[in-house]
Amino acid sequence: MDLDLRTPIGLMFALAGAILTAFGLRTDGNAALYARSLGINVNLWWGLVLVAFGLTMFLFGQRGQMRIEKERLLPQGKRGSAEGKLNKAAS
Amino acid sequence: MFNLTAVDWLIMLLYFGFVVGIGFALKPKMKTSKDFFQAGRALPAWICGLAFISANLGAQEVIGMGASGAKYGLETAQFYGIGAISAMIFVGIFMMPFYYGSKARSVPEFLRLRFDEKTRAVNACSFAAMTVFSSGISMYAMARLMQALHVFDGLFRAQGWAPEGIFTFSIVLSAAIVLAYIFMGGLASAIYNEVLQFFLIIAGFLPLVLLGLRNVGGWSGLKASVPAAYMHEWKGVAHASTNPMGVEIVGLGMGLGFVLAYGYWCTDFLVIQTAMASKNMESARRVPLIAAVPKMFFPFLVVVPGLLAISLPTPHSTTVTRVEKGAIIHEITVVTPEVEQGRGLVPAKINPVTGKPMLTASGEPLLDYDMATPNLLLHFFPTGILGLGLTALLASFMSGMANNVTAFNTVFTYDLYQSYIYKGGSDRHYMAVGRCATVGGILLSIGTAYAAINFNNIMDTLQLVFSFVNAPLFATFLLGMFWKRATGHGAFSGLIAGTATAMLHHGLTLPIEARPGIHGGWIAVLYHYPSDMAQNFWTAIFAFWVNFIVTVAVSYCTKARPEAELVGLVHSLTPRPEHAHQVWWKRPEALAVAILLAVIALNIFFY
Repeated sequence: MDLDLRTPIGLMFALAGAILTAFGLRTDGNAALYARSLGINVNLWWGLVLVAFGLTMFLFGQRGQMRIEKERLLPQGKRGSAEGKLNKAAS
Repeated sequence: MFNLTAVDWLIMLLYFGFVVGIGFALKPKMKTSKDFFQAGRALPAWICGLAFISANLGAQEVIGMGASGAKYGLETAQFYGIGAISAMIFVGIFMMPFYYGSKARSVPEFLRLRFDEKTRAVNACSFAAMTVFSSGISMYAMARLMQALHVFDGLFRAQGWAPEGIFTFSIVLSAAIVLAYIFMGGLASAIYNEVLQFFLIIAGFLPLVLLGLRNVGGWSGLKASVPAAYMHEWKGVAHASTNPMGVEIVGLGMGLGFVLAYGYWCTDFLVIQTAMASKNMESARRVPLIAAVPKMFFPFLVVVPGLLAISLPTPHSTTVTRVEKGAIIHEITVVTPEVEQGRGLVPAKINPVTGKPMLTASGEPLLDYDMATPNLLLHFFPTGILGLGLTALLASFMSGMANNVTAFNTVFTYDLYQSYIYKGGSDRHYMAVGRCATVGGILLSIGTAYAAINFNNIMDTLQLVFSFVNAPLFATFLLGMFWKRATGHGAFSGLIAGTATAMLHHGLTLPIEARPGIHGGWIAVLYHYPSDMAQNFWTAIFAFWVNFIVTVAVSYCTKARPEAELVGLVHSLTPRPEHAHQVWWKRPEALAVAILLAVIALNIFFY
C-alpha cells in the first residue's frame, strides 16, 4: 500500500492537539472546570504534547511519502536490490 | 448526570472522519482479492507490529484489564509477563516461518496444507463462530458503556428521542463506521486504523494514569490505599487461597502462561493475519517481536487504572449540619445505593426489579468491575480531554470489532465459501463475496450483541469462549509444526476431543461465587473452583492435554504422510532461514532474547 501512514496519524493528532490547546487557552483559570483534574489545565498541556507529537509524525510521514514516490518511479528491477536478495534467501 | 460539550464531540468526529477517510484513501488500491484480504502482503514491519498488538487492544484489554486490575490486582499483569510476551516471541521465531512461508491465506488454510480438509473445516467453523461472538461482545460492551456513562443522553434529550434508543444507536453507529472502512479498504484499512488506535489509546490513557497517580500520592500512595496482595504479581501464588485470583502456580503457569496465551497468540487468525500481511518473511518474523515491546508497558496504561479506581474512597451519603446566620442548614449529599455499596469508583450491580444490589453466593454485593476504567475517566477528565479519552475507548471497541470482521470475511470466503460452496470463481467474484461476508458478519455480530449479558467481567466471558476453542487448538499446531508423524486423522480427532473436554469440564465444575448456568455446572457440580479465572485456566489445561494425547495416539494408528509433502510445513523438514549476512544483533533471535530479559526484570521488580 503506497500510503505512508505517519502522515494521516500525524495530521490527526496535530489537529486534535490544536483543538485541545485552543480550548485550554480559552478556559484557562476556570477553577470549577479543572477542579477534577487537580487544578491542572490538562487541555492546554496535553494539547501541546499532542501537537508536538503530531507534527513530528507528520514530518516523518512526508519524508517517507516522498521516498515511496521516488521508489515507485524507479524501474522494477532496480528497486531495493538488497531487499530482493533477502526475499530470495528467505523464501 | 453529565454532559459532553461541543469540544468533546468535535474530537470524536475528527477521529471518525479520519478513520473513514483512510478507508476512502485505500479503496482505489483494492484491485485483487489479495489486496482486500491480505493487504497485498505488502506492509512494513512497524505497521504490522503495532497493529499486531492493537489487535489485542479491543474491549477485552482496555476495559477488561481495568476490571481485572480492580478485581484481582497486579496479578493481572501476569497476562503480559509469562503469557503474552513469551507466546509472541515463540510465534515470531518458530511459527511465523511456517505461516508465512506456506503462503496460506488464513490459519485454517494452513491446517489444510499441513493436515487435511476436515481439520480445516473444524477450525474454520469454530473460528468463524468465535469471531462473530467476539465482535458482538465488543459491540455490546460499547453500547452498555455509552448507556452507563450517559454520554448520549444530552444529544437524545435535545432531539427529543427516547432514551431507550441509546443502546441501539451506539451499536448501529459503531457498526456503520466499521462496515464503511472495512468494506472499502479490507484488511489494510483495519490495520492502518489499528495503528491509529494504538497511539490514541496512549494519548487518552497516559494522562489519566498520571493524574490518578498524582492524586493518590504516587506509586507508594497507591500501595497504601489498596490491599497488599493487589500490588504483588507473584507473592502468594503458590497456593490458591493466598492470592486474589484464587489460582495456584500450576494453574497459573500452565493454564494462563502456556495454554491460553499461546493458544491465543500463536493460533488466532485475528492476530496472525496482521503478521501475514507483511511484505517479506524477515518482517513477518519480526512483527510479533516488535509488538512485544509496547506490550510490556501496557499494564501501566490499562491495569493501573483499575487499581486507581478502587484506591479512591467510596462515596457515601452524608449529611452536614451547620448554623449560618441563625438558621440551621442541612446539606445532604445523596449517593445512590449502587455507588455506596461499591468499592472506590466501582459500583455494585443493581437488580432492576428489586432496586437492591445483587449479591454473590457469599452475600457480598456483586461489583460491576467493568466500570472501573470508564468511571476513572469521568472522575479525572474535564471536558475537552474527556472527548479524547472517550474517543480512545470508542476506538478500542471499534478496532476490536474490525479485526473480528476482517478475520471472519477471510475465513468465510476462502475456507468456507471457496472450499465448499463455489470453487472455480474469478478473483472479482471472491472479492465481492468478501464484501458481502463483511456485511453478513456485522449483522450476525449485532445479533450476538443483544444476547451478551450475565458476566461481571468481560475478560471472563472472552476467556471462556477462547478456552473452548483455542486451548485444544494450540496442541494441534504444536504437534503439526514440530512432529512430522502427526496425521490429519489425529489432528481432527484431537480437536474434537479437546473441544468436547473443554465443554465437559465447564459443565461439571462451578466457581464458588456463582450459580449453575452460564458460569458452569450445567451438567452436575462435581468440583468448586475459587474463581471464574481458575475454572477457565483448568478447562484450558484439560482441553490441551486431551487434544495432545488423542492426536498422538490416533496419529500412530493412521498412515503417515510422505515427507516430501511436508517440506516447509514442519520444523525438521524445513531449511533454516538464511541470516549469515546479518549482524548478530539485528537478527530476530537477538531481539527475542532482549525482550525476555526485560520481562524477567519487570517481573522481579513487581514480585
